[in-house]
Amino acid sequence: MTTPTSNPLALIAELTHRCPLHCVYCSNPLELQSRTAEVDTLIWSRVFREAGELGVLQTDFTGGEPLTRPDLAELIRAARAAGLYVNLITSGLPLDETRLASLIDAGLDHVQLSFQGSREDTAYEISGTKSHAHKLRVLEWLKPHRVAVTLNFVIHRRNIDQIEEMLALAESSNATRVEFANVQYYGWAFANRENLLPTREQLTRSIELLKRAEERLRGKIRVEFVVPDYYAKFPKACMGGWGRKLLLIAPNGEALPCHAARVIPGMLFDNVKDRGLRDIWEKSTAFRRFRGEDWMQEPCRSCDRRAQDFGGCRCQAFLLTGDASATDPVCSLSPLRSKVDAILAEINTPPTSEISGKPGWLYRPNPV
Amino acid sequence: MTPDLNSHPRLAPGCRLNEKTKQPRTLLMPERALRLSGPSLEIIERCDGKRTVQQIVTELQSIYSKADPGKVEQDILGYLALLRDQRALDFS
Repeated sequence: MTTPTSNPLALIAELTHRCPLHCVYCSNPLELQSRTAEVDTLIWSRVFREAGELGVLQTDFTGGEPLTRPDLAELIRAARAAGLYVNLITSGLPLDETRLASLIDAGLDHVQLSFQGSREDTAYEISGTKSHAHKLRVLEWLKPHRVAVTLNFVIHRRNIDQIEEMLALAESSNATRVEFANVQYYGWAFANRENLLPTREQLTRSIELLKRAEERLRGKIRVEFVVPDYYAKFPKACMGGWGRKLLLIAPNGEALPCHAARVIPGMLFDNVKDRGLRDIWEKSTAFRRFRGEDWMQEPCRSCDRRAQDFGGCRCQAFLLTGDASATDPVCSLSPLRSKVDAILAEINTPPTSEISGKPGWLYRPNPV
Repeated sequence: MTPDLNSHPRLAPGCRLNEKTKQPRTLLMPERALRLSGPSLEIIERCDGKRTVQQIVTELQSIYSKADPGKVEQDILGYLALLRDQRALDFS
């Protein structure tokens, strides 16, 4: 069955690939889209309207860095006018106090501010930019405003030992939600993976700390954490299933079922410039490709968990096995799980497993 | 922890009901949405920062006059605690 059983709930608006940071864990594709390819305000406004009509409840403004769009306030107004709840997924740069007030005034519901570490030196190593002090200022500027605030700490081997400091930082802000998001391996993160995956020992310790923090902070701060799925027994229900809950619009207007879908060979994407959103959701070949269960191989095809995790991530299956229809190999039931085990074995063996100096990173550039 | 009967629940910053009248009433918050109907909607609509928890309980007990008042109170307190833990409600 390739027609959708329900409408999407969220629209990921990847507004731009421009970004003042150069994070080594960025999940944007390696082929970043240029500014000249970006879809304009008018088209985005129509997309938001169509999304609202399609039943979408929330939109995530992301990128790259959405703050690099000069029309951001207009985009927020348009999304709100379409009846959408607006999340801003941001590094906090470039921003000043006045502009922040105008974005909130335009109807911004929620600011999710990323942190690359709890310290300036870690943040500088990971993002290639002096950004940490500015983010602390943004936290202060947020305090008098009535807007939801989430701190998003992107976690990996180089900063997973800073969790207690990160919690302290969160508690000193007025954030009501803090997410400890272990890096997922796509795009630039995939390229830098051998320097990003935490060791098993680091991960175990972090989970203990976070479980305790979650209990302690219950009712005050919502603590969420996502563990790297290479260490899991079963795969994540990626995107809530292919073409089930979410759709992503890239900076050039292409509609994707997820941010990494370009890695899968033979994918043809429709563009919002040429086609209405409902039409894309229901009929786009890219969206139909892995919808439902017909595409599944064994063991997924007859697995009791298939309606729960949908066989995991198609993009990850392709990246790790060369076959986008294969069981996501992070699954313990995958015949190719040994590929993931081999990667983990390297990470957990000296010298990699021992704390070392700054590795050779591939930094994400800013596209022109 | 059970919410204080004398406290005033209010939707937290960035937590609100959806605006489109075509869609079912939904409570929207960061990266989450809760569909509301019947009692859950009636409770949320009364979380205005002016009513106490006790007042909300009393009002719902009169709406659902056929239900056991003790159970109504228990259900409301449980629901408010859940929303507090989701950080959708503040209590003053």
